[in-house]
Amino acid sequence: MASLSGDLARHRLTLLEKLRTISWPLVLVIFVAVCAGIGVLYSAADGSMQPWAAAQALRFAVALLVMLGAALVGIRYWYRAAYWAYAAALALVVAVDLRGFVGMGARRWIDLGVIQLQPSELMNVALVLALARWFHSLASEDIQRLRFLIPPALMVLLPTALVLKQPDLGTAVMLLLTGVVLFFIAGVRLRLFVLTAVAAAAAIPTGWHFLRDYQKNRIYTFLDPESDPLGAGYHILQSKIALGSGGLFGKGFLHGTQSHLSFLPEKQTDFIFTTLAEEFGFVGGVALLSLYVLIIGYGFAIALSCRSQFGRLLGLGIVTNFSLYVSINTAMVMGLIPVVGVPLPLISYGGTAMLAVMLGFGLLLNAGVHRDVRLNRRGESRPD
Amino acid sequence: MPRETQSRKVFTRRAAILAGAEASVLAALAARLYQLQLMESDRYVVLADENRMNLRLLAPARGRILDRFGVVLADSRRNYQLVIVPEQAGDIAATLDALGTLIEVGDNDRRRVQRDIRRKHAFVPVLVRANLSWDEMARVELATPELPGISIEPGLTRHYPFGEMASHVVGYVAAVSEQELTGDPLLELPDFRIGKAGIEKAQDTELRGTAGTSQVEVNAFGRVVREIARVSGKAGQDVVTSLDMSMQEFVTRRCSSEQGVASVLLDAVTGEVLALISIPSFDPLAFSAGLTPAMWQELANDARKPLSNKAIAGVYPPGSTFKPVVAAAALSAAVLTPETQITCPGYLSLGNATFHCWRHGGHGTLRLRDAIKKSCDVFFYETARRVGIDRLSAMARRFGFGDVLGLDIPGERPGLIPSREWKLATSGTAWSPGETLIAGIGQGSVLATPLQLATMVARLVTGRAVSPRLARVAGLMPPGGDPAPRDFPPLGVNPHILALVLDGMNAVVNEPGGTAYSARINEPGFAMGGKSGTSQVRHINEYERGHGARHARQIPWKERDHALFVAFAPVAAPRYVCATVVEHGGISGGGGSAVAAPICRDVLLEAQRRDPARQVPVGYTVAQSGMLGG
Repeated sequence: MASLSGDLARHRLTLLEKLRTISWPLVLVIFVAVCAGIGVLYSAADGSMQPWAAAQALRFAVALLVMLGAALVGIRYWYRAAYWAYAAALALVVAVDLRGFVGMGARRWIDLGVIQLQPSELMNVALVLALARWFHSLASEDIQRLRFLIPPALMVLLPTALVLKQPDLGTAVMLLLTGVVLFFIAGVRLRLFVLTAVAAAAAIPTGWHFLRDYQKNRIYTFLDPESDPLGAGYHILQSKIALGSGGLFGKGFLHGTQSHLSFLPEKQTDFIFTTLAEEFGFVGGVALLSLYVLIIGYGFAIALSCRSQFGRLLGLGIVTNFSLYVSINTAMVMGLIPVVGVPLPLISYGGTAMLAVMLGFGLLLNAGVHRDVRLNRRGESRPD
Repeated sequence: MPRETQSRKVFTRRAAILAGAEASVLAALAARLYQLQLMESDRYVVLADENRMNLRLLAPARGRILDRFGVVLADSRRNYQLVIVPEQAGDIAATLDALGTLIEVGDNDRRRVQRDIRRKHAFVPVLVRANLSWDEMARVELATPELPGISIEPGLTRHYPFGEMASHVVGYVAAVSEQELTGDPLLELPDFRIGKAGIEKAQDTELRGTAGTSQVEVNAFGRVVREIARVSGKAGQDVVTSLDMSMQEFVTRRCSSEQGVASVLLDAVTGEVLALISIPSFDPLAFSAGLTPAMWQELANDARKPLSNKAIAGVYPPGSTFKPVVAAAALSAAVLTPETQITCPGYLSLGNATFHCWRHGGHGTLRLRDAIKKSCDVFFYETARRVGIDRLSAMARRFGFGDVLGLDIPGERPGLIPSREWKLATSGTAWSPGETLIAGIGQGSVLATPLQLATMVARLVTGRAVSPRLARVAGLMPPGGDPAPRDFPPLGVNPHILALVLDGMNAVVNEPGGTAYSARINEPGFAMGGKSGTSQVRHINEYERGHGARHARQIPWKERDHALFVAFAPVAAPRYVCATVVEHGGISGGGGSAVAAPICRDVLLEAQRRDPARQVPVGYTVAQSGMLGG
């Protein structure tokens, strides 16, 4: 960025200033969490950097650069790019639906040659961006008018429906909930949420028909997992056994029996929290949850400090999306909700998820860096 | 600015609500973690251990079966089997081809291997060939680097050094059948073998031992990761039998030219079975390895019944060998004295029926001693008539006929001693006096096993209710014989009467004119006494009687008379008794004195020379207890 002078200097920060204002403690906590994750991946591979830990470290290095880049770009550029980013992510989701690769019984991946991209993960970030811009640009009285709420509702429902069709129930739920939370913090009237909730409850019987059999089974077995210990309930049961047998201090690094003897499914991806908590026990599990609480706390602080509604909505949207991932994943492995297949952010093995979550943190940091910047409806920074 | 302030206010309020919601969710998650990892931990620790721990049974080595001097009749031998671990082998077909150039791998083996591989996990070894020879093993060992996934594993198989020679006594082992499962997991091991006949079955519990356990850690697919703990089992105990394998071998060889023979050699004093043969026999190994349906059909359909132990399960009309019992019954009932004279004109008439003596012209007037010696039928018709069936069958039972003797291997049959009640119950008609006469010469309904015949003689010579047995509880026989032989209860027959009967049996063999004079033992001090018998399998019709009995060779084998002989030795102080039945007179088609008596003579002479009841043979390698043979 070119250095600027005059009146504008107050609003345009130098690269050095930006680097200084980045919330480094947050970056440090993220770094610690990812390192813990790489350690668990090392253990999950029976004490080996291959095949997961090394690849994850490399991805983190790349994602870290992406995050810093995203944090340092002027916030108005993100504001202007919001809809384009949304459109691009949506196009990728559609592309996956048309010609993606089938993995885990669902069409979720797109092969870009270098990496296999899972666009629905990127969609989370793009959706937050787009909604933040939409609500930023609305006048506060317009936000109560239904016609101004229909476009953002479509922004949420369109990718949700596409992702659900893949089928990827976990990400669809994530998109929907993230959207709902953004509506909420943007100030949409509470009575509208109540009405929508009632309408949605009425629509549940119809929606049930659109669920795939395996999704229905997951809900059935969630309700009574031990009725089918060798079938679909196996995952939940084995995860609970792993957690429970970990006890207070765990079985020790590299000594988790459930994960090492393959009783635990998906030990390096969706069930990685279990892998960690089996070896490090309640202490380890709570420590990781505390790291997440720290990250979320920093996120809230950053969002609340922003002068622009865009920055606030963007920051809190990202944090909310992140905390939803954490809550749904851990609740799932603890047997509190059905197995829906969402990764544990920063820890689970997976390229796109790492990229998406770090991109999200880049935007959060960006909001923090540009907390004093005010944006008009077209995304131009303006003086006080 | 109002708009900004307004939206910021709303935002802050709602962010606070959101923060509260997220905090409560995370608190709930921590609480759930607390519940699982601290409150319910004990339960899940157990479940995790059940997941990974697997208790495996270690089959104990089966005990050996020994003869009275420690000669091994059955033991477990190491065998070497070739196994293939599919996941290590890669290309199964190519590996089997390579193996085929070294040792023989049949098409059947190949098909079985491919089938087993499909059924089992890739890390489970699949048997390719069992019972490798040393030579084959060496060839495979050398080539192991070129044979991925192939390994040689030791196993245990039952081994019978004497093969067919003692298979009716020793029995055999085979795979456990569905009905034999008792819930003992040991029986469910895939390679486990259980005793199915003979000593192997009777003493199965002792021979089997107790299983050890190996606690192993397995992964979710059942692959063993490591062994955590091992409890060794207890090997099965050795079982010592009363057999003298040398005598068993001698009797077998002596009878090997015959088609169907049963012979029993007893120690009359102790009741111990020294030899017990049934010819033809079978290979006990065939059962252990598993019979093919064709082999089973062949064994089961053989007219000479190789699977039946004829010494204990073959029932024959005892014929004239039954006469000593009739004599003892008559003397005991005092319907006869040694001086009583009866005239044999060659037949006896009773009512409308005529009963013939085997000797066409009759024996003239004779007393009991000569009647036994010459085996006069008319004399015993008359004697039986005087005794009556009730006293006759009671005496027969006293000598061990009509019921099982309780020998300690399975399969014994009771034979038959007819009585009034039996006749009424089975045919619904009353007993007729003529049947008593027929019973007096051991024909008609009377049926006995060779073991019962030998037991009868043992009871005659000892005056005690000797019962035969095969197991030696005291273990190997000490030099000089057992210090305190088993004490049997008295038979309850006047010893004087028994002496009279034995005197008659002495005359049968050792006096000119006796039916078995030609089979006497000439060696001083070794002389035997005995009684011959030739029992009819079918009724002789009037035509044949009128034209003289046809030569045996003209009659189909199955219809020819059985040749029987019972004997004891030495005459002066009897110790060994032998009973031999040659089915249908054997290859020469002769009667008891011509065919069976020479066998008893040779067996008893050999028994006295060896004297297995008292002497441990010199130069025996007595097997060490508890060690595997071979």
